[in-house]
Amino acid sequence: MVKEKFTTLVSTCIPLRIDNIDTDQIIPARFLKATSREGYGNNLFRDWRFSSENVLNRDFVLNNPDFKGRILVVGKNFGCGSSREHAAWAIFDYGFRVVVSSFFADIFKNNALNIGLLPVQVSPSFLTKIFNQIAEDHKIQLKIELNAQEIMILKTGERESFEINQYKKNCLLNGFDDIDYLLNIKEKIIEFENRKQYIWLK
Amino acid sequence: MTAKTLFDKIWEAHLVTEVKEGPCVLYIDRHLIHEVTSPQAFAGLEKRGLGVFRPRKIFATADHNVPTKDQHLPIREELSRNQVAKLTENCQYHGISLFGLNHPYHGIVHVIGPELGITQPGMTIVCGDSHTSTHGAFGCLAFGIGTSEVEMVLATQCIMQQRPKTMRITIDGKLNKGVTSKDIILYIISQLSASGGTGYFVEYTGSTIRDLSMEARMTICNMSIEMGARGGLIAPDEITYDYLKDREFAPGGKDFEKALEFWKSLKTDSEANFDRRHFFNAEEIEPMITYGTNPGMGIRVNGRIPLLKHIPEENKESFSNALKYMGLKPGMKMKGKKIDYVFVGSCTNGRIEDLRLFADYVKGRKKAGDVTVWIVPGSKRVENQARKEGLYEILEQAGFDLRQPGCSACLAMNEDKVPAGKYAVSTSNRNFEGRQGPGARTFLASPLMAAAASITGVITAPGDLL
Repeated sequence: MVKEKFTTLVSTCIPLRIDNIDTDQIIPARFLKATSREGYGNNLFRDWRFSSENVLNRDFVLNNPDFKGRILVVGKNFGCGSSREHAAWAIFDYGFRVVVSSFFADIFKNNALNIGLLPVQVSPSFLTKIFNQIAEDHKIQLKIELNAQEIMILKTGERESFEINQYKKNCLLNGFDDIDYLLNIKEKIIEFENRKQYIWLK
Repeated sequence: MTAKTLFDKIWEAHLVTEVKEGPCVLYIDRHLIHEVTSPQAFAGLEKRGLGVFRPRKIFATADHNVPTKDQHLPIREELSRNQVAKLTENCQYHGISLFGLNHPYHGIVHVIGPELGITQPGMTIVCGDSHTSTHGAFGCLAFGIGTSEVEMVLATQCIMQQRPKTMRITIDGKLNKGVTSKDIILYIISQLSASGGTGYFVEYTGSTIRDLSMEARMTICNMSIEMGARGGLIAPDEITYDYLKDREFAPGGKDFEKALEFWKSLKTDSEANFDRRHFFNAEEIEPMITYGTNPGMGIRVNGRIPLLKHIPEENKESFSNALKYMGLKPGMKMKGKKIDYVFVGSCTNGRIEDLRLFADYVKGRKKAGDVTVWIVPGSKRVENQARKEGLYEILEQAGFDLRQPGCSACLAMNEDKVPAGKYAVSTSNRNFEGRQGPGARTFLASPLMAAAASITGVITAPGDLL
């Protein structure tokens, strides 16, 4: 279910320069016991934010008051591992609306798009540029324009375009989701079922 | 007519329609659900005032968050009890078959689908769990989905997906002694990396694959997701048909003959084109173990952890972080490393053949005194079969504790958690930080290596005790 429409976002960023961040880091399995979609933000990156004795880890970027923002910038192969949509919910619930990486795991990307969290895939060199800019100045802002499919580092004006399929883009811009679409073609689905020839598959 | 891959054929046979400049609408033949990723989907349906469109195509079990002891008693942990109760309520309300705790068909979703014959060649199968790729061993398109997608399938029996690219992985030759299908897949992932398959659907082929049992094939397809692949599949053959005969939910009698005719058509055309191809020689594969914090960080058990200078520049930092988490050093030998826990089970290696391998190895030996070993059958049926075959006696005599079916320490949602800092040899599928409990350190390996480590208390090559 798309939680919010998305058009344009200008924000500072939180950098997490780590590759292969898996869904167990984003939200550990022991926090998947709720039956609702809300409240997962509290446990986002739980085992990096807190020690095993529940002590706040001041070295972790989310606990550093210098870094704030609605854009999470991460290393390559972000969201690998489990199919838990809870990972996307946790990131959204924490307040992020965009995740920028040079490479996303497939299921995570689908899950993010399905809830209205925009995964922006940039080239490895552009990602390095963003990380370096943030290291120089924590306050730099990124501007993401969905309609133009463009990401820009405001301070330097450097920009890059990103891919998103037109259907998903339209969904995000308007707050539609796949179920809306599928419900509209229910007759087609029933026709398809009637066409199926193998009785044991019916 | 253009030559097609098996993937293309099944995909196209399930294509309801294609959205212009967008995804495909795929019809789903079987939808498997469990207690952790489905409640929000049912709640979503309710909010929209929708029912379940095709409840007979859905099968449910409680596996991720259930205790593996005293399953006849009410679940003690409140949150877990709630999740299981919610699943039961949702299934009853919508008329969905549920194989919950204590049902004779109960077990891990990817173990019971195949063993009940719910999983069949040529189907599309989804589940809110990434290891749904397991079912691809039968020559079907099976993949994990998120909860929004679970809701979609509940509401319309369809899903919207981008068509992935295709990859063929060929493995030819005879396997060395002590090498299992777990070693094959750990080897492949170590070669292609934890993201090497992202964007692809893999078909495994070659003489080595053809010689494997269905259960061994499932282990391989199961871990396709650990290299990022959308799924993995193996074309059905005599071994597949034999496995399916007389299974509860497989076609029977005349239908079986008709099904067989269809199943025999399920293969990749010889001229078909794949977007990528990889070839491996089975003789190069040795018993494997992981040393790091993703499944791509695997080496042969007789080997040493790589030196920093041999790691590509861009991976140096994550390599060092992984070793720091694991308490290991570059260049270290894996063999002889002291371990604390052994976990045998999961949708990767919790089937009867895995328990047989383990039991056969430890027969007449004794468990190392300071190692805790959890043996968790993948299903009630596996548990019962193990009893029937006398495996329980063998295991008990060797000092092992046996538990009841569930996902257990694979993801440590229930109380089966490896304590912080402790080392576990695990037959499961992920060695991520904290996967088996906060701070737990996981070495992924085969059931044979798990058996060897249980006896010696240190990482041991299975061949060393034979």
